[in-house]
Amino acid sequence: MALDTSSPSRVSAKSAAPVFQKSRNPLVWIREHIISIMAFFAFVYLLLPNAVVILFSFNKPNGRFNYQWSAFSLDAWKNICGAPGICESLTLSLKIAFLSTLMATILGTMIAFALIRHRFWGRSGTNLIIFLPMATPEVVMGSSLLTLFVNIGIPLGFWTILIAHIMFCVSFVVVTVKARLASLDPRLEQAAADLYATEAQTFWRITFPLVAPGIGAAALLSFSLSFDDYIITNFNASPASVTFPMYVWGSATRGTPVQINVIGTIMFLLAVVIVGVGQLISMSRRRALK
Amino acid sequence: MSAFATLERMEEPHPAPPPSSGRQRGRLTPYILLLPGMLWLALFFLVPMIFLVSQSLQTGSVEDGYSVTWAFSTYADAISTYWVQFVRSFAYAFLATAAALLIAYPLAYAIAFKAGKWKNILLVLVIAPFFTSFLIRTLAWQTILQSDGLVVTVLDKLGIIQVLQWLQFIPNDQLIHSPVAVVTGLTYNFLPFMTLPLYASLERLDPRLLEAGGDLYATPWTAFRKITFPLSLPGVVAGTLLTFIPAAGDYINSHLLGSTKTTMIGQVIDGQFLRVLNYPVAAALSVTLMASIVVLVAVYIRRAGTEELV
Amino acid sequence: MSQQATENDGQSAGGDLKLTRVTKDFGGFKAVDDIDLTIPQGSFFALLGPSGCGKTTTLRMVAGLEHPTAGSIHIGSQDITGTKPYKRPVNTVFQSYALFPHMDIFENVAFGLRRRRSKSVKQQVDDILELVELTALAKRRPQQLSGGQQQRVALARAIVNRPGVLLLDEPLGALDLKLRRQMQVELKQIQTEVGLTFVHVTHDQEEAMTMADTIAVMNSGRIEQLGAPVELYDAPRTTFVANFLGQSNLVKGTVTSTTGDRLTVDLHGTTGSVLRSRAAVSSGQILVGIRPEKLHVITDTEPHPELDVVPGGVIIDASFIGVSTQYLVRMPWGQELVVFEQNRESTRVLSKGTKVALGWNPEHSFGLSADQDAAAGAMVDAEAVAS
Repeated sequence: MALDTSSPSRVSAKSAAPVFQKSRNPLVWIREHIISIMAFFAFVYLLLPNAVVILFSFNKPNGRFNYQWSAFSLDAWKNICGAPGICESLTLSLKIAFLSTLMATILGTMIAFALIRHRFWGRSGTNLIIFLPMATPEVVMGSSLLTLFVNIGIPLGFWTILIAHIMFCVSFVVVTVKARLASLDPRLEQAAADLYATEAQTFWRITFPLVAPGIGAAALLSFSLSFDDYIITNFNASPASVTFPMYVWGSATRGTPVQINVIGTIMFLLAVVIVGVGQLISMSRRRALK
Repeated sequence: MSAFATLERMEEPHPAPPPSSGRQRGRLTPYILLLPGMLWLALFFLVPMIFLVSQSLQTGSVEDGYSVTWAFSTYADAISTYWVQFVRSFAYAFLATAAALLIAYPLAYAIAFKAGKWKNILLVLVIAPFFTSFLIRTLAWQTILQSDGLVVTVLDKLGIIQVLQWLQFIPNDQLIHSPVAVVTGLTYNFLPFMTLPLYASLERLDPRLLEAGGDLYATPWTAFRKITFPLSLPGVVAGTLLTFIPAAGDYINSHLLGSTKTTMIGQVIDGQFLRVLNYPVAAALSVTLMASIVVLVAVYIRRAGTEELV
Repeated sequence: MSQQATENDGQSAGGDLKLTRVTKDFGGFKAVDDIDLTIPQGSFFALLGPSGCGKTTTLRMVAGLEHPTAGSIHIGSQDITGTKPYKRPVNTVFQSYALFPHMDIFENVAFGLRRRRSKSVKQQVDDILELVELTALAKRRPQQLSGGQQQRVALARAIVNRPGVLLLDEPLGALDLKLRRQMQVELKQIQTEVGLTFVHVTHDQEEAMTMADTIAVMNSGRIEQLGAPVELYDAPRTTFVANFLGQSNLVKGTVTSTTGDRLTVDLHGTTGSVLRSRAAVSSGQILVGIRPEKLHVITDTEPHPELDVVPGGVIIDASFIGVSTQYLVRMPWGQELVVFEQNRESTRVLSKGTKVALGWNPEHSFGLSADQDAAAGAMVDAEAVAS
């Protein structure tokens, strides 16, 4: 029995259509590009709210809420702290995010090094405890911390929020740094020792620079998790300590000032710039290879 | 746990050799490194959990104080009163996870295989929304889904509003403050969590495997079913877990986009803790939520097959 | 290239490298089992053996990256057994090169010099980059270089420190054949020019024989035989060495008598002889070894008094390789012997089924103890199994 040796239809959508059918029949075109079309709609779904946020930062709403478009205005941009309490909440959020990132990054990086570089008894238990906060709903974590603070008698506010944030950020830092550290070839450190570098020199000249991107990514992740957190924060806050997410939450009932959108837009642009710059740096480094 | 290990492993480009056994000194080093962080987690994660469980078994009031009475009846009361919210939470979370998977998979696939030089830009666009306040973005859905907005108008013309109303997915002819809005918001919020693990998994796929499949007479759909999808399972498992677990406990979407008829268990717990001040009931609900999630996840991981996760 | 006087602490202070009763025990598994080794200063020494034989572990112990379970290591009179790697006058060229990805080539090569606070770093680095012909790439990153270039950077990075001993861990393994041959020549040249002691670990016996002054063949943690390449090839003392270096035909026989400088051996009915000086045993069972290129394929019926001749063979495979023809000949007792016939005078390719006799000059044969595994060290497809 002769085998058909001509190659059957390949997977790539480009070559799926037989050569002789060059007609741009719309249905065929859709079928070929179905994945890309679905991806496009997925992106629309993903970015639509961001677009709305940006657009409505230029709105001049009728009334307390900023859900309907009425008129174009730069008022909110010119007066970012115009809504009462907004800049205080922003400052508080930034302060807490910065401090909790600092602590969580240090604690988490140390744990990551211990897990990857050493063998010790209790390793899998440690991994489990690190993993649990990531698998626990925020409601449960927040409420359990509240229970602790109430029972011990620690007053709620800035410090309890900070403690909570450090707690749930550590796990994410550990995972991120671990991933980077695990892909670090230990033979590089052996080579450094072979070339007369003491342990300290090896760490600071070889290990740390190579792990730094992972630590940076972990810090970035931790910062955004802390800044954006509502549920855990809400459980452990007091009326005097209103973070930015808490402010936004309250505004949903009180009235949404346009400044919220302005700040949201700034955050989005900052994020795009930071991540984009990071990508550009690695791309330009790769281009230098050619 | 193994799902998370999968997520970690997917982020490692090369497995590294085990550490050299030449180090004799520094046997205490790992413990010193671990101590501060683990102490923190023990004090502020494990201990509170114990307090939570203990609180759930106490009776009393805020004024008179609480004492441990092993009142398991609290659990019975709490669950019987709020089982609807429990079921609803899991249902919404399940729907949101399924929807997220359906939306994220083509997205991740397109970025991994069809993006070419746009890959990095597209990834930035997937990640960037995640770094901006999701409360603000969720509020934006109010604008999008409002009754005389563009989306509703279009869907109304297409007759979809009527269908949804007939199916009782929306209470009246408005999309906002309905279960549909809540699930939409949930899906949206956790979409990056689903997309990224999927992308990481698909990116690892060797395109030559698909060529081999084509060479062996597989149609594109068959190749997907038999080659691509099974090999992307670690990403699917990681993504679904990272979506389902927080979604089940979420209540921000429900509060901002829903109504009293869409109350999720997170809201109940929040209310019991912070307004009603019924700590034992609140704690019981929390523990039940946690326990049910653990059970569900364990069953899911077992069924998903640990071979794919290893 | 001018020899620069190095300014510090006798880093390149010489002396033979001496391993005394060195053992490395990995919790029950002895990777290196009680070896003694002296490597003369300034020589090119090869540690040869299959994977898992312990050669890399030995190298790492000299570098200080592994700690011996027992034994001591000296360079000259300096005991370095317990010294930290960064205090030893030893540098390593790693198999994977281990170049620092976040530094450019210049900084990679300068790394050791900087750690030792050497003066005139730039001069030394420039000189060594010139030696390995990589001056133009000094500002590039390792990822931007080809495999061969990376290998030369790794070499430069180690050599520039003028170590007492330079260790090379299968440095040519990742290169393609042509590049590997080229690098073998270059490495040998550099070693002669620079005068350092090179210890080269490899599993490629051709590489070892080409480059080294002395070879130690290792197997399962022990040294099978130590000597110059010619010595090891021509007069192996164990079946492992006989099979690992090149190929050998090992024929079982019994020593019937000893006369003068020869042993007379009965080989499955035929009589042969082996020089006493080339035999490991002088009585009882013996394995007579003949290299395939030493065998003559005899198709005529004339007497060949200068050769030991065994009749009754049948050609079962013939491969024309160009330079030579390779035959597989089945002997009457069932063993298949390998013959390389150089096509020097004529290109004849005998066909399968031809009945031939095999002859060899008895001065080229060697004798091994029959107590060992006759297939030890052979490649799986060699089929040189004694019956």
